[in-house]
Amino acid sequence: MKSEGMEVLKLEHVTKQFGGLTAVDDVTFNIREGEIFGLIGPNGAGKTTIFNLINGVYALSAGKILFYGKTIGEGAEERKKVLKLKPFQIADMGISRTFQNIRLFRNLSVYDNVLIACHRSANYGLFESLLRLKGTRFARQEKVLRHKADDLLDLMRLVFYRDVISNNLPYGLQRKLEIARALALEPKLLLLDEPAAGMNPEETGSLMEMIRSIRDQFHLTVLIIEHHMDLIMGVCDRIHVLNFGKSLAEGTPAQVQSSPAVIEAYLGVQDGALYAVNEGEQ
Amino acid sequence: MSWYYIEGILIQCGYVLMVVLGLSLLTGFAGLFSFGHAGFMAIGAYVSAICTTKFGLSFLPALLLGGVVAGVVGAGLGKLTLNLKGDYFCIATLGFGEAVRLILENWEYVGGARGISGIPWETNLKSVIIACAIGTLALMALVRSRHGRSIIAIREDELAAEMSGINTFRYKMIALIISAVYAGIGGGLLAHYMTYIQPKMFQMVKSTEYTIIVIFGGLGSVTGSIIGTFILTFLPEMLRSLDNWRLVIYGLAVIVIMVIRPRGLMGGVELGDIFRLPARRRAAKLAEERIKNMNGESAGEEAQR
Repeated sequence: MKSEGMEVLKLEHVTKQFGGLTAVDDVTFNIREGEIFGLIGPNGAGKTTIFNLINGVYALSAGKILFYGKTIGEGAEERKKVLKLKPFQIADMGISRTFQNIRLFRNLSVYDNVLIACHRSANYGLFESLLRLKGTRFARQEKVLRHKADDLLDLMRLVFYRDVISNNLPYGLQRKLEIARALALEPKLLLLDEPAAGMNPEETGSLMEMIRSIRDQFHLTVLIIEHHMDLIMGVCDRIHVLNFGKSLAEGTPAQVQSSPAVIEAYLGVQDGALYAVNEGEQ
Repeated sequence: MSWYYIEGILIQCGYVLMVVLGLSLLTGFAGLFSFGHAGFMAIGAYVSAICTTKFGLSFLPALLLGGVVAGVVGAGLGKLTLNLKGDYFCIATLGFGEAVRLILENWEYVGGARGISGIPWETNLKSVIIACAIGTLALMALVRSRHGRSIIAIREDELAAEMSGINTFRYKMIALIISAVYAGIGGGLLAHYMTYIQPKMFQMVKSTEYTIIVIFGGLGSVTGSIIGTFILTFLPEMLRSLDNWRLVIYGLAVIVIMVIRPRGLMGGVELGDIFRLPARRRAAKLAEERIKNMNGESAGEEAQR
């Protein structure tokens, strides 16, 4: 399952400029089916920008992004007009994500958060929802949705907190809920933006286990951005290193750790970045 | 107090409720503030009044046509403005409401500033109750479907909603169109109760009044909007003997409620939920207690570090 398998996500010479600033510069990598792929780099290296390019929040300046062979984004240099699907269309194709700074539906219960995201498993129309009778398509599908939401909470061990307003959850559980919500979309590719931020080592350990088990259970491919080196090195099959928007290295955790370019970027005198990374490593 | 007087206030509650229900969907559930709903109301009122006075249509089709035209105008407004973020949409609706009023004021075909008079008196307690019952049930059903939940998700976090595969533009559009239809029908009911309409009746003050009712009742609660409508429509009438002071008391009542219950009377909860789900509430309380204990522990850990 690890090395062979078809390409899920392919970034080709992806570039993003904000005015004069090049946030992502000519980045190319492939993610294969079933992989857990890590994207690391010092603060400001362009990791989150890449996430936003993948799910269509930003339009590419140049380059191309393919998902299962289909172009989901193409920069202006390749064609006259930028090709950009709307974020919800990309989510619909099977890419879902979590956020670095948690974005839950804060005033809703844990259950409702997941239930909302389950909407893809139903397709009853607007007027069908007005007639609430037993045996209608509405009633049948709504039942399926509710079962699904409960199953997901069960899986993520959030059942006990089912009726708590999500804003009142402790930090670690909010992160878990975000993952549950992302899974509700039945994604093929899951993007995790710093899932372990703010977690203690113990929680990080169980998160690693969880990422592996959901990968296997849902037949997912996972792309992770993370500062916790323990997590990245422990869980990823391959890692891509960015620095100042440019690709630095790519390979297995062992290869990356011994790469001179990576060591220089992390330990060499790179103003500002040094502190942030060191903090993450401890 | 005669029944005739009370009946009048109840009918007033009825057409106000139609507008408020629509606005409740837009503001309370989709999180979009509108200060132009008097504009949609005016469109519904004028269209239905023209239909009955000039084209001899009967009341029901005229009323529905008023709602449809308001909905179509709402769709046009949405197409132009729903891409605007946050407060900008609110400003756009404010401009829209005033624009509608000014167009009506300067359009001789609809009577200019004099408006339309001699509209048949068709709105009675029965028609208002039927309209409100259908309106309430439809709205309640809508917000408890996947469509309604998608609309609520937009209020909570638009970006997260979009990332969850929700077509946020489409759902904002749906919310706006439905709320415009409700306002249009409310306007039609008003026209056929008053038997005359003037552009002056649809000033911005009216729009604000409806928004206040929705907030007073509690954002995201249909029953809250209904209770809010009744209280804030009856209150000024009950205080009529106090003459000019009644508006001061009206204002104070609103302020007091917002201070005591910042999330409005019902605060996002439906009246039915309070009685229906005691087990759920107990479960939530239990879980929250455990979280509190957990927080205490982790706070201790942090102090140790």
